[in-house]
Amino acid sequence: MGQIESIIGNGKAKSVVESIARGIFTVCAVMAIVAVASITLYMFLKGTPAFAKVGVFNILFGTDWKPTASEPAYGILFIILTSIVGTSLAIILGVPIGLLTAVFLTEVSEKHLSAVVQPAVELLAAIPSVIYGLLGAMLLNPLLFKLEKMVFQGSSTHQFTGGANLLSAVIVLAIMILPTVINMSVSAIKAVPVQLRSASLALGATKIQTIFKVTIPAAKSGIITGIVLGIGRALGEAMAINMVAGGSVNMPLPFNSVRFLTTQLVSEMSYSEGLHRQVLFSVGLVLFVFIMAINLIIMRIEKKGEQADE
Amino acid sequence: MSREEGMMSINQKHYRVADILMYIAIYICATFSVLLLAGIIIYVVAKGFRMISWDFLTGVTSVLNGTVGIAGNIVNTLYIIIITMLIATPIGVGAAVYLNEYAKPGKLVNVIEFATETLAGIPSIIFGLFGMMFFGQTFKLKYSILTGSFTLVLMVLPLIIRNTQEALKTVPDSYRTGAIGLGTGKWHMIRTILLPSAMPGIITGVILAIGRIVGESAALLFTAGSAHILPKGFDDILSKTLESGGTLTIQLYLSASKGEFDVAFGIALVLLIIVLLINFATKWLSKKFDVSRIE
Repeated sequence: MGQIESIIGNGKAKSVVESIARGIFTVCAVMAIVAVASITLYMFLKGTPAFAKVGVFNILFGTDWKPTASEPAYGILFIILTSIVGTSLAIILGVPIGLLTAVFLTEVSEKHLSAVVQPAVELLAAIPSVIYGLLGAMLLNPLLFKLEKMVFQGSSTHQFTGGANLLSAVIVLAIMILPTVINMSVSAIKAVPVQLRSASLALGATKIQTIFKVTIPAAKSGIITGIVLGIGRALGEAMAINMVAGGSVNMPLPFNSVRFLTTQLVSEMSYSEGLHRQVLFSVGLVLFVFIMAINLIIMRIEKKGEQADE
Repeated sequence: MSREEGMMSINQKHYRVADILMYIAIYICATFSVLLLAGIIIYVVAKGFRMISWDFLTGVTSVLNGTVGIAGNIVNTLYIIIITMLIATPIGVGAAVYLNEYAKPGKLVNVIEFATETLAGIPSIIFGLFGMMFFGQTFKLKYSILTGSFTLVLMVLPLIIRNTQEALKTVPDSYRTGAIGLGTGKWHMIRTILLPSAMPGIITGVILAIGRIVGESAALLFTAGSAHILPKGFDDILSKTLESGGTLTIQLYLSASKGEFDVAFGIALVLLIIVLLINFATKWLSKKFDVSRIE
């Protein structure tokens, strides 16, 4: 009966229902704006006081991190550098593997092989980051400890990390960004018109030449979006690398125990108080600014891609 | 492959060395993902299956009784999933309906889509930090299941909005014009025609969001906390949401940092099974209803 009523019901009641529905839907949609606005507001509100107290230069370019010392120092330069270096290395390591896997899935593989690789990539994306961290700590760290002992044999200055170092974190990050890079590259390569490939093949190029000189350049903008998304993912990853990176504030050298912007928050937030805690909020703000910059870059690339399509 | 045959006839089966090397590299990279996944699954199963027992799944860790169990963490995870989805699903679906059915292209839509995309790009540790400051301190919810759930609502919102939008886009326009032409109001049309047609897509979004919640850790560490006790009784079911509650991932992290790797691998195996089931469920759904989806 309800259905019939609402169709032939009187117009006034109907228009009230319509405007209420419209209003509720609008409020739902505006929630996303409210969320982003309040996150931004809070990050700045909580993140800036420490900059005022300690000094922007002292925090961003200081190399001493001694938050609990009698004369505390809050320099996070090494932490920022670790995030930048670690992310860059993860991209350098992960993107070629991801791109070639995407090429395999779209251009090279037979159907039945893709049917194995594609779900595997999807599952890799779904595995919780703590599991990557756990496996990294159990498998990767001992392996890298052996390497470390080989490299620094007889060195008296090197502080041994037991394998929990930047290199471990980079490998874990490279693995964790793989699905992102693969998925974005696959959809970008799939979108390349088949005529381009045909033309290249007809001109006598081999399949590999076609892939690397025609298809991939044509899919460039999508692949770059994937890479930048990967950068965002790697910069923001916290738990997995917290379990494998060691955790001392150090220069980002491969065999140093290091701290990232994210792991800094994970490892100190629980016991920090006062100014120390405010500085941690500033660390959060620095990370937030990095991430927002990357988001803007992604949106700009996507917009450019859309314009190019039109 | 006719394309390949054409190529062969020009090149007279002459292979370039560089090509062969590239093929080898491509195959190695593709194999890497598969071997990696297989390795992860085999290792976690081998290390974790000894821990899995009825007591482990239904007991609670207690130093006094000398028991190890994750029932409390399972219950906390369920609490957070249910509360988060109860809030996020209506808001997300509502937002998608607005964007697809009501909004005219313009500034507001641009800002909303910008916000949704930004929200999707914010890492979970930032959500955790915000949740701790906003829900935990400003709203005085402290470390509690509610704080954690509210935080995760923000995190999964883009996922639900996008999947619902995709599903609404696949509903043919003739359904809309047909319904309006028969004299229904817009709300009635959305309720009885659009949402049921888009249901598989909405459910896919919900399941993907549940997957995200199950695997989430950084956003929960400073919001939901780490307690692992069960609700004391039936009366405690609601007040429990104001108490701290660590999910499976958090317990895994804490156990691993304490060096209790057996427990950590036990939880890892449980998580892996849940994640696999969720993945198959979304696969099955999208195959059954053939709805395109966005991750």
